[in-house]
Amino acid sequence: MNSIPAKHRLRNRIWQQRYLLILTLPVVLWMIVFNYIPMYGLIIAFQEYTPFQGFIHSPWLGLGNFRELFADPTFRDSLYNTFKISIAKLVFGFPAPIILALLLNELVFKRFKRIVQSLTYLPYFVSWVLVVGFMYTLLDPDTGIISKLLVNLGIIGSDTMLMGDSSSFLTLVVFTEIWKNIGWNSIIYLAAIAGVDPQLYEAAVVDGANRFQRVWHITLPALKPTIIILLILAIGGLVNSNFDQMFMMQNSLTQDAANVLSVYSYKMGLVAGRFSYGTAIGLFQSIVAFILMYIANFASNKITKESLF
Amino acid sequence: MLTHSRSLGSRVFDVFNIVVMLALCLITLYPFYNILITSFNDPTDAARGGITFWPRVFSIDNYRIVFQDENMLRAFVVTIARTLLGTATAVLFTGAFAYGISKTELVGRRIFLLLAIVTMYFSGGIIPYYLVVAKYLHLKGHFLVYIIPNLFNVFNAIIMLTFFKALPKEIEESAKIDGANDLRIFFQLVLPVSKPVLATIALYNAVFHWNSWYDAMLFGSDKLLTLQQILMQIISSNSNVSQLASQLGYGAVSAASLKLATMVITTLPIVFTYPFVQKYFVQGVMIGSVKG
Repeated sequence: MNSIPAKHRLRNRIWQQRYLLILTLPVVLWMIVFNYIPMYGLIIAFQEYTPFQGFIHSPWLGLGNFRELFADPTFRDSLYNTFKISIAKLVFGFPAPIILALLLNELVFKRFKRIVQSLTYLPYFVSWVLVVGFMYTLLDPDTGIISKLLVNLGIIGSDTMLMGDSSSFLTLVVFTEIWKNIGWNSIIYLAAIAGVDPQLYEAAVVDGANRFQRVWHITLPALKPTIIILLILAIGGLVNSNFDQMFMMQNSLTQDAANVLSVYSYKMGLVAGRFSYGTAIGLFQSIVAFILMYIANFASNKITKESLF
Repeated sequence: MLTHSRSLGSRVFDVFNIVVMLALCLITLYPFYNILITSFNDPTDAARGGITFWPRVFSIDNYRIVFQDENMLRAFVVTIARTLLGTATAVLFTGAFAYGISKTELVGRRIFLLLAIVTMYFSGGIIPYYLVVAKYLHLKGHFLVYIIPNLFNVFNAIIMLTFFKALPKEIEESAKIDGANDLRIFFQLVLPVSKPVLATIALYNAVFHWNSWYDAMLFGSDKLLTLQQILMQIISSNSNVSQLASQLGYGAVSAASLKLATMVITTLPIVFTYPFVQKYFVQGVMIGSVKG
């Protein structure tokens, strides 16, 4: 065997594995076309892209697009909005599925637990288009059932248009985010809870721990690695507010609150046709996301010894 | 349950917990229910608002109007076609790759895997992607723009890879001795025993295709409208639907009601498939999360 030159051995192996390669290589080609060529296309952030000259031959601008970006007040506003919305989502939205998982785990009737779980997954499977459609309908100041309820409870005035009001925008964004994803996001925590050794709980009971103490000293520590990994990912995503949600929820009345980076990039790049400028916004977003994730990972590694990479 | 959990505090907590969970169920389900009953109410009457538990004046006019609209019917066909074809091709394409790299002896395996993982962290973003699909591949306005760019998904591939790795090696080895090649083994042996993972991934893809409007907005044309895109247009501006209503001899008042009927129609297929496939996707999340 050893006398066969390496080149021939490789050729032999490829020939032997030709059918496996027929299964695998189409996807590799697909990834090059749909993932890697667009990554290469990021260079247009440093160009003045013109469709005739394409990715390679468009004239170079250096950092011109970025200089314009940082001087653009709309960009600054959208950056501010992005962080404001993401931080609100992180503070209220991140703990929600953890709390749901803990409460579900404490439910005495197992059948009821399964029913609640199944029902709360449902909104995850409908589109943001539909969720926003629900909001326009239920929050309509004249006919919306939730508007009526809030007016009767004295929480809002009878002429408040919730969907057209910049001040209630953030609340609605966070609330719908939780409504749509809480059930689905709790699955992974429930799986982690299910993996806890029951003997730990039995031992705690013998030691006289009450329910709250068992959750605090056994269940939560068992969830810690999952929580930290998901938290790092969430921090990395701080700069990516959900495009679907934000795009659908914005209207002419809430634009100043709803203009986030991803929507701004879309509007500048594809609606206004400024491809290079829009790409520069997107590239800025990716770089910030990467830095944030790196910092979060580093901090978590130092503090808790848990890390993603 | 545990024996020491019968203190008063513990019981108060149980009651509190059950009440919270019931409230959560109500908040989750009621929006669906309210849209459904209002869509079956007479449009003029619905404009008064305040429909809570039952249609006040029952009517199926909203649905009659929606189903008379040619755009809507075409969108139905387009959406069903992309969901069926898109799901079938994506499951096969993604599964084939996952099967290939589940074989540790595969030439180039590490490189292929690395290429796939990098795409989870870096991407060109929407504009270069748009340019590749629309300007260089000329897929804009073609039905295949819904299918080809969605053939592969790296997260789904990882779920499938984890599943294929756990399959017993012996069956494939004995098939090999009997002279079957890898293609035959994949299609005739591996796929038939992989139904749980195939069902999970098929569901993910079907939900994606059914709900997707972004690619329809970017790459579609009037002939390629999808249901979600029509719904999006109706929601973001009432003009289309008022136009449609007045064309068909209904007043502007029914515009809001037509929106409801459209919402119900675009949602029902998912809500109906949901109970049948539920057990599979929970399994899918679990398999996916093991690998992290």
